Amino acid sequence: MEPPDPIPMSALQHAVYCLRQAALIHLERLWADNRFTAEGHVLHAVTDRPGGRRARGIRRASGLALASRRLGIAGIADLVEFHLSQDGETPYPVEYKRGKAKLHRADEVQLCAQGLCLEEMTGRPVPAGALFYAQTKRRVEVPFDADLRALTEQTVADLRAVFDARATPPAIYRADRCRACSLSELCRPKQLARPVLAWRARQIEQLLLPEPPS
Amino acid sequence: MRKLLNTLYVTTEGAALRKDGENLVAEVEGAERARVPFHMLGSVVAFGPVLVSPALMGACAANGISLVLLDRVDRFQARVEGPVAGNVLLRRAQYAASEAPDDIVRSLVMGKVANQRSVLLRHLRDHGEGDGQEPAEAISAVCERLARILQRLAAGLTGLDHLRGAEGEAAQLYFSVFGHLVRSPDPEIRFLGRSRRPPLDPVNAVLSFLYTLLTHDCRSAAESVGLDPAVGFLHRDRPGRPSLALDLMEELRPVLADRLALSLLNRRQLRARDFETRDGGGVLLTEEGRRTVLTAWQERKREERLHPFLDEKAPLGLVPYLQAQFLSRHLRGDLDAYPPWFWK
Repeated sequence: MEPPDPIPMSALQHAVYCLRQAALIHLERLWADNRFTAEGHVLHAVTDRPGGRRARGIRRASGLALASRRLGIAGIADLVEFHLSQDGETPYPVEYKRGKAKLHRADEVQLCAQGLCLEEMTGRPVPAGALFYAQTKRRVEVPFDADLRALTEQTVADLRAVFDARATPPAIYRADRCRACSLSELCRPKQLARPVLAWRARQIEQLLLPEPPS
Repeated sequence: MRKLLNTLYVTTEGAALRKDGENLVAEVEGAERARVPFHMLGSVVAFGPVLVSPALMGACAANGISLVLLDRVDRFQARVEGPVAGNVLLRRAQYAASEAPDDIVRSLVMGKVANQRSVLLRHLRDHGEGDGQEPAEAISAVCERLARILQRLAAGLTGLDHLRGAEGEAAQLYFSVFGHLVRSPDPEIRFLGRSRRPPLDPVNAVLSFLYTLLTHDCRSAAESVGLDPAVGFLHRDRPGRPSLALDLMEELRPVLADRLALSLLNRRQLRARDFETRDGGGVLLTEEGRRTVLTAWQERKREERLHPFLDEKAPLGLVPYLQAQFLSRHLRGDLDAYPPWFWK
């Protein structure tokens, strides 16, 4: 039997935000650019070029392909730094993000997944990474603690279940998430909650009412 | 809301279309006549002898702009498409549904019959008095019979043959009184019953031309949401026929095409001189006449109406896309039925 296709790591951040959004993008192949994603493309056009350089004793690799066979995930890391310590190099993933740090943990999960891949690929512990936010031009260090690792593995499992079933989860309207979602026009969380059969019957009933006298 | 992107219609013989940076440039005899940025463009329709550069074809494919070539009598010749949008799961669901399409067909026919009836009712409200007893009574009688067809559809009429039969019966009733809606004072502008390939009178010539334009919009809408335009529900599969595009346009025809044809003729924006009769009796729009229709078509598409299911205002030109989107959401299990587009 052929092994299942790896889950793209970029889907993990979508899945933390909304499992349906991840399914719409990766299963239904719908994609809608909005201002936020367009800015993201410009940012990533710079970081996605594979290459490497060395600065201040830190080896840096950009556009690095990562994968974990155990988790069945794969993707490209914006930047991985290899910090030199006494017993060798410790990988340190850095992910570039538009905007600023967010309340939900989508960015952290995506970064942690890269850490898990790097642990499996190098056989060395990866205790932390960093998120670089373009708007604030700040690096935020993210420790890969037990909580974040568990959330990351759970997200991979949820996404795997959706992909295996080839079924997009139903829309559930959440004002705080849906308003900022670039896919809301394609998802239509409010309309999809309405039963069409009953609506259609009502429409016909109204159409057939006698014309009001003019 | 998704942007209503422009369609560029090129009707001038010998026009040349080429790519210049991120723009489409149209030239006639070496002089630049139009320049449109790709991001503003949804599709390009070229009528007859128009030159298109390979670089422009490539750019259209890459930017998701559909490029359609029609011959001198508006028959479809070729289309340039980029990579297939959407996904194989949606298409499989579409093929599976096409094996048992009863309820989708019911929605499509309901929408079409309801909108045909609305066009007739609107005419009675606006002109009933002036029509004299006889036509007004005939139109009222047809409205009454269309209402009964709607009741039968709503009461659960089943069986594809019955559903298709209801659609055919409604169309025959509707077109039996459609001629009364033509109020042009020009004696040549009349309706002798529905005819096509070729249209045999000016009214049919305008209807056929508008149906062609609407078919292209519906086909692009189906493709842009990832549906296979060749596999329909109401229309049976036939190689080369965009059956799904024809399905999608059924409920839109009375409002987007028929009413526009009537207002162009009745307001004398189209007159006898805008038509020419060919050997064999076929009637076609002249180039000038086509330009008038295309301008009015573009304006009509920008008009906003309340979308009944969406419960939001949307430009009429976006309705094919919205309906294709709702159809795909029904096929993927998000909606329990396909919501028809009822015009009010």
